[in-house]
Amino acid sequence: MQQVKDLGEIQNFCKKIRRHIVEMITEAKSGHPGGSLSAVETLAVLYLEVMRHDPKNPQWPDRDRFVLGKGHACPVLYSVMAECGYCPVDQLITLRKLGSMYQGHPDRRFLPALEASTGSLGQGLSIGLGMALAARLNGGPSRTYVMLGDGEIQEGQIWEAAMFAAFHKVDNLAAIVDYNKIQLDGFVKDIMDLEPLAAKWQSFGWHVITLDGHDIAALREAFAEAEGAKGKPTVLIANTIKGKGVSFMENNPKFHGTAPSREEMALALKELA
Amino acid sequence: MPANTKFELKMGAATREAFGKALVELGRKNKDVVVCDADLSKSTMVHWFAKEFPERFFSCGIAEADMVAIGAGLASGGKIPFVASFSVFVMNKGFEQLRVTAAYPPDVNLKVVGTHSGISIGEDGPSQMSIEDLALATALPGFTVISPCDEVSMAAFVHLAAEHYGPVFLRAGRPKVPVVYNGDQKFTIGKAIGLVEGKDVTLLAHGLMVAESIRAAEILEGEGVSARVVDMPTIKPLDTEAIRKAAVETGAIVVSEEHLVDGGLGVKVAQAVGQTHPCVMEFVGIENTYAESATPHELLEKYGLTAASIAEAARRALKRKG
Repeated sequence: MQQVKDLGEIQNFCKKIRRHIVEMITEAKSGHPGGSLSAVETLAVLYLEVMRHDPKNPQWPDRDRFVLGKGHACPVLYSVMAECGYCPVDQLITLRKLGSMYQGHPDRRFLPALEASTGSLGQGLSIGLGMALAARLNGGPSRTYVMLGDGEIQEGQIWEAAMFAAFHKVDNLAAIVDYNKIQLDGFVKDIMDLEPLAAKWQSFGWHVITLDGHDIAALREAFAEAEGAKGKPTVLIANTIKGKGVSFMENNPKFHGTAPSREEMALALKELA
Repeated sequence: MPANTKFELKMGAATREAFGKALVELGRKNKDVVVCDADLSKSTMVHWFAKEFPERFFSCGIAEADMVAIGAGLASGGKIPFVASFSVFVMNKGFEQLRVTAAYPPDVNLKVVGTHSGISIGEDGPSQMSIEDLALATALPGFTVISPCDEVSMAAFVHLAAEHYGPVFLRAGRPKVPVVYNGDQKFTIGKAIGLVEGKDVTLLAHGLMVAESIRAAEILEGEGVSARVVDMPTIKPLDTEAIRKAAVETGAIVVSEEHLVDGGLGVKVAQAVGQTHPCVMEFVGIENTYAESATPHELLEKYGLTAASIAEAARRALKRKG
């Protein structure tokens, strides 16, 4: 990993991940396509270029760690991990089925290469902070990345963790808010508006980078900037489109937590060809 | 053997104090031990650890949910985190975090310490009193749950908790409690310890009710009743063999605890008795209510957590045993 890829190569990788997401959720007949599709570029850049990790040695102590706070978006994580070689690609379609390593929310009992079991929103940032503190005590180079949903950060524990991270100067951690503007019941601004979001994180003592979460170059730059920011944690506010890449899913609250039909899958795969 | 088998119980330190001291020793022995606190370090007594190992001590502010999940993350990074607070806060406010970050991912080496358990904290009242923590902790699959009765056993269990790989809940109290053990006693997670021999009835207990059970045995001895006293510091996994033996050999069991009867040690012992050797049972604990403000002594009297209540329960059991 860590090698900078050709832009076209990453874009093709992202398309492949999106196809996996649509296929596996269709096959499962339930799941969360919208928030998986919005997070594809971030995870692709992290796993292909940014993170120091070794799929052949998943327990390498000095590896970088990724925690998916918004655990319901696990189809994107499973797909990326599978394509990196952590787990079988041909099993992705067993998502949510009895005995599958690809559980409905990330579960380390079934897929030990996951860094954390998540699914109850609001806990991922705290878990990541513990990992980052352990790395700091060990004097190792390990960095921790935590992806948060925008709806997820309505949870109070996020802001407990946000205070902790700045107070303890946890600069070997970066959080990414997948700001796709939609949660289960509708648009975030109608459920519990987060704005002014950047100012909130700034006032909590974080280094804030706002960017287009589908722009590969911007993501590369942001993660490099995060690594260089010393003395405070960094948050990437990644403006994204829920359901990105599938026209009828984009910005459509219905596809937060609804599986596509067979017909919809065929249409989606055509668009993602 | 126990120090005071013939009912001479000298007052010792609070189990929270014994925990705080043992934690410092443990920290000296093992550099991977780290501690998280939620603004109660002077009460949970982890301030001694903080003073000696500031780099391994993390102040989380008054944020128990965050503290618990940070602890799980530290464990995942290879540390042995002790997260400590009042039991009522760490178990109730951190419960869902314990469930998702420590219980169902396998092998999370997190140690949770709840001090100020029960009603013997006294004047602060029921919002600070943890009377359901054992019901919660034992409901977490994979957790080991320990409630030591005195300073000697608490010190030992702090070290045993660190040596045991996996999540542990350790329960401590606020007031000074009598010393039950001398320094030679060996402790094992999952093993009950017989303190007083007896053949008519068994008095099982954990925490500060162990000393009360010893006193109850003395009262009963005066009435010609031979009561066995057994300390059950490990609530989970339960020592079902010790329970079976008590049922077989004495035919009557009284379980006493500073906890709600619902969900406490008593119902778990009843389950084990039912599965091994059914016998007469009685339960001494807090009955379906919250307590109030008063001195610890007044509260233990009012809510029936005394040697007299245990002796009375034993008499009821013996009457039914026939």
